[in-house]
Amino acid sequence: MLLTISTNHQPGTDLGFLLHKHTEKFQSINLSIGQAHIFYPEQSPEQTTVALLLDIDPIDMVKNRVRSGGGFSLAQYVNDRPYVASSFLSVAISKAFSTTMNGTCKAKPELVDTAMDFSVRISVVSAPRGGEILIRSLFEPLCYSVNIQRHTLDDQFVEWGDSRYFTLELSQNITLKELLSHLYVLIPALDQDKHYFVSQQEIDKLLKKGKGWLSQHPHKETITRRYLLNLRSLSYQALERLREENDTQEQEETQEEKVRQESLHQKRLKCVLKQLKESGAKRVLDLGCGEGKLIKLLLKEKQFTQIVGTDVCYTSLSRAKDRLYWNEMAPRQKERIDLFQGALTYKDKRLEGFDAAAIVEVIEHLEEDRLEAFERVVFEHAKPTTVILTTPNREFNSQFENMKTDSFRHTDHRFEWTRHEFETWAKKVAETFHYSVSFVPIGDEVEGVGAPSQMGVFRYAH
Amino acid sequence: MRINVPELSLVLLIGPSGSGKSSFAKKHFAKHQVVSSDFCRGMISNDENNQAATNDAFDLLNYIIAKRLKNGLLTVVDATNVQKESRKQLIQLAREYHTLPVAIVLDLPEAICTERNKERSDRNFGKHVIRQQRQQLRRSLKGLKREGFRKLYILKSVEEVEAIQTIDTEKLYNDKKDICGPFDIIGDIHGCYKETIALLKKLNYSITKVDDDGQNYGLSVQHPEQRQVIFLGDLVDRGPNSPAVLKLVMSMVNNGIAWCVPGNHDLKLQRKLFGKQVTLNHGLDLTVAQLEQESQAFRDEVREFLYGLISHYIFDHGKLVVSHAGLKEDMHGRGSAAVRSFCLYGETTGEIDEFGLPVRHNWASEYKGQAKVVYGHTPIPEAEWFNNTIDIDTGCVFGGKLTALRYPENELVSVAAKQIYCEPAKPLIPEIKLTMSHQHEYDDLLNIEDVVGKRIIQTRLRNNLTIREENSIAALEVMSRFAVNPKWLIYLPPTMSPCETSELPNFLEHPKEAISYYRQQGIEQIVCEEKHMGSRTILILCKDQETVRTRFGIQTNNLGICYTRTGRNFFTASDLEKAFLDRAVTSLSKANFWDKHNTNWVCFDAELMPWSVKAQALLKEQYAAVGAAAQHSLPAVEQALEQVIQRGILGAEEILEKFAYKRNAVDKFVDAYRNYCWPVDALTDLKLAPFHILATEGAVHVDKNHEWHMQQIKEICDVDQQFFKATPYKVIHTQDETSVKDAINWWLELTQKGGEGMVVKPYQYISFGKKGLIQPAVKCRGSEYLRIIYGPEYDRQENLSRLKKRGLARKRSLALREFALGIEGLERFVRKEPLRRIHESIFAVLALESEEVDPRL
Repeated sequence: MLLTISTNHQPGTDLGFLLHKHTEKFQSINLSIGQAHIFYPEQSPEQTTVALLLDIDPIDMVKNRVRSGGGFSLAQYVNDRPYVASSFLSVAISKAFSTTMNGTCKAKPELVDTAMDFSVRISVVSAPRGGEILIRSLFEPLCYSVNIQRHTLDDQFVEWGDSRYFTLELSQNITLKELLSHLYVLIPALDQDKHYFVSQQEIDKLLKKGKGWLSQHPHKETITRRYLLNLRSLSYQALERLREENDTQEQEETQEEKVRQESLHQKRLKCVLKQLKESGAKRVLDLGCGEGKLIKLLLKEKQFTQIVGTDVCYTSLSRAKDRLYWNEMAPRQKERIDLFQGALTYKDKRLEGFDAAAIVEVIEHLEEDRLEAFERVVFEHAKPTTVILTTPNREFNSQFENMKTDSFRHTDHRFEWTRHEFETWAKKVAETFHYSVSFVPIGDEVEGVGAPSQMGVFRYAH
Repeated sequence: MRINVPELSLVLLIGPSGSGKSSFAKKHFAKHQVVSSDFCRGMISNDENNQAATNDAFDLLNYIIAKRLKNGLLTVVDATNVQKESRKQLIQLAREYHTLPVAIVLDLPEAICTERNKERSDRNFGKHVIRQQRQQLRRSLKGLKREGFRKLYILKSVEEVEAIQTIDTEKLYNDKKDICGPFDIIGDIHGCYKETIALLKKLNYSITKVDDDGQNYGLSVQHPEQRQVIFLGDLVDRGPNSPAVLKLVMSMVNNGIAWCVPGNHDLKLQRKLFGKQVTLNHGLDLTVAQLEQESQAFRDEVREFLYGLISHYIFDHGKLVVSHAGLKEDMHGRGSAAVRSFCLYGETTGEIDEFGLPVRHNWASEYKGQAKVVYGHTPIPEAEWFNNTIDIDTGCVFGGKLTALRYPENELVSVAAKQIYCEPAKPLIPEIKLTMSHQHEYDDLLNIEDVVGKRIIQTRLRNNLTIREENSIAALEVMSRFAVNPKWLIYLPPTMSPCETSELPNFLEHPKEAISYYRQQGIEQIVCEEKHMGSRTILILCKDQETVRTRFGIQTNNLGICYTRTGRNFFTASDLEKAFLDRAVTSLSKANFWDKHNTNWVCFDAELMPWSVKAQALLKEQYAAVGAAAQHSLPAVEQALEQVIQRGILGAEEILEKFAYKRNAVDKFVDAYRNYCWPVDALTDLKLAPFHILATEGAVHVDKNHEWHMQQIKEICDVDQQFFKATPYKVIHTQDETSVKDAINWWLELTQKGGEGMVVKPYQYISFGKKGLIQPAVKCRGSEYLRIIYGPEYDRQENLSRLKKRGLARKRSLALREFALGIEGLERFVRKEPLRRIHESIFAVLALESEEVDPRL
């Protein structure tokens, strides 16, 4: 990974004073996972260039258990980290150029606030989920002129398409201190990965380095969110603190944002809750409870004396327990609720004898040829009096702007049904297992395509 | 006096404090057989005499007793037991576990009890306590027998107590574990004498008329191989000649050539013969009329014979259980009225169905026992194994047939009824013809209880294997979210360990270590197979749709399946899948595979190429991405470093050299993955390389050597070389230097061309070394290929020396356990065991795969 910063400022040695790095020396500093080298490939009357080269040791990286994404088991060993501008670069910048960033230059203090023509080149930056548009939206509002070159994945397999990597060139008349603080924040925000554990401290770093410009940046939310790795609670805190820095004019905006639109999933859960209440059920199942959003709503209702949530994903269940404050829960409350791992393709005695079951956005995660097992587990063996089942309405997908045709709303969806397909299936199930079924749309209906989600309410016919 | 207690009984010692129960128990029973209330008091309160702890102590006492009885252990209760209520609770417990309650009363004089207690410092309760206990005992004595004790012994004096030398245990009547057959087990006869004779003859019994010796009814039945017959009861009623059947069976039983358990009809007849009031229906009227023609003496003999029948038997070291109406596992070998009733009538729910017959609870669907249960009672059109049980009442008297099960051969032999002797209340032929066997229907749904939690699985190759709960948790998620229909999952391949790390300076892996591993294990002959870089697949192919349905119990239009090592369907596009399977099946037919191996299906272990077809996402997200990032960042680095060197600044040369190496390594890395990629637009772009014929009907082919596998597979490949790829291999002698060198050179040649490397296997599929089962295979990967695994720069000297410190023990232990479990799955499938048993093994392989182990190995 290489960062070069060039300027036509004269004399060229000023850059050395500013950076506190001698233009005639090759200097190296140690980082936790390798080294950074600082040197000047160019120093001529026309142009002076400083290079910051990251020399990352892949094996050190493994030893330090550098976090890496995805379910790819070898990701620790085979990854792009040594070659890409990432949070490693930010660390290197702050270590190598700390005096510059702090705004000190003993030899020539006047240079600190002098704007110069700088051009920056980074090979390469990664910008997953955003690409060129994202890069421009982060740098252009800061008045950079931006030049981007996108790289293909493999020129021998053009059908694999473009990669998420770019060579990035930026230029502007600006102070070096500002330039470095922009890079410090925006590079990891583009890369959206961190080589260390993201904690509260990250907010302080972000706010410190973003002081004076981040709060006015039109995409501060994106930057904050991506910089903090999409960790909701952290980015929320950070945004709150950013707003505190601002004047009252923007406070109105905040108010507006608070009145967020009710999400589709919230609507869905409300619908399901309403049906459950109306069914008169006391003992209820939430099959595929995930992180326990519905359970939380159910707990608030006195009507439900026993609430059991199951999910096949054990980590979701643990998260659900955290969200419900399981360990601190009052004994009376705890008596009403149970959570355990279960799979809806296996017959399960623990699911028998309930008044109602909610199965919210679950079936589309099963292979179609396993549905038969699911039907028997729920309707033949568990046999709750009421079954409330929701699934996306495929017809509505045309309303989502960014969705490709023939794709699904979630990568794990195995199928999505039209209203007709769902109703045909539901009626067949109802008939086979002696239930009656009625259908309820979820979300606002659009003519010709229906509502975003659909619900079947099954009742056991004695 | 001699005291006998049944092997499986709950013995209550009854007597007041100081009557010597504990000493008696200590003298006559083993340490763990005795459960004492005082001990339980001590356990929970630190004081054996703490009366305040009585309730808790008895909870504990009852709990221990229940666990012991559940496990079939003789148990002695050392408590006063002088009150009727306390005995009642224990008798109830004995019944619950179908064990026999026995009472031994120590009715010693009060003075002795008081004297003994005085000697003990810890028992300072007053005289009145003992007096009261004695009074309670005396009041109980008369009614003890009626309380339900099967045996009752009362010892009235110290002398009598001391005269008891030993207590004998006696086997239960149903315990015939030492008799191992072979047997011919015959279902409900119902007076069908002619069919019975025909069946016996078909089974090769000779039936000759001899002089009546008062025992044999003038018949002598014999089998040349000394086989024995087991009659499953319901000998009488409805049919044409119940007396003749009775004579035949009684003759055979009396002469020790047959066993017989009673059926409900036999019992009713017995009650009638005892003069009890019974309704003469369901064919009993006919039997009674037929018996009218016989002598009173014969009728008396019948009565006594039926009275003496034992309701069920356990044979052959517990592997075979027979009774008239079946038997749940927890009742096997037990004795109680409930057991007897189950044997006679089965488990009924009390409801009556539309034909007026009792609704039967299908106990067999919950049966998980190891013992085969053979029974009759419920007429069905065809006898069919279900969860290791089989009903062989094929309704002879209703015009069906009379069926025998040959044990241990498990063959069914039948003779058709000569006529319909009685119209059945319920039609014998079900109205809807089932498309699948009962077992397959049942197996459509597995039970979560059979997979979750900590599990212990018995395997043929490595005995008991334990699966930890956290691994089951992980496997449940993978299995239910991603795996194909469990009926297809008869095998999952084990993980494969690499060879030990090479001692050679430039290699991480080298064949030398792979070969020496087997040499050190004492293996002289090994097979080296080229390792294809594709995706591991398990391929099941069926000759026709019929086989898919009947053998696998699956309704689908495909002739098989192709799944990955974690049980996911290999294909996402269904038309490509169908075309792929059709082509493979066609080739097998052309190669005459089905006839040659006498099978309609086969399970292959194979590699499917190219790698890029399944690993598309991985390639794009990871491999090509790393290549692209590196190839577009490193040249700029070199350029900048060259510039600074040109400026005459010192210190950059070493770094330039390092980055030049990096660029070179990345280029090689890109070349490495490109080797295993090519676009797949049509079926013909896929290449299938099978390397094991895992199983066919009736056979798991792990008893064949790898050369056999390679040769059989070659024959298939020759039929369709565009589709199949034969795997090049060499047979190597580990003791022969030239042979070993040959293998090494071959490996170098393969890997220099960009090959993944090779797999080294012992010549025999299953091989044992000095410490038992050895690795079924180890892989030896090429230096370039390893860049894909360890990262582009792994071969830089300073990296390599660090990477060489790797431990294989965990991986190898996993490989062996998974190997044993995978083979177990196949063995169970080939033996047609219920899906639950197959799934258990396969689930366990998946569970073990969630163990944390270095993914680079």
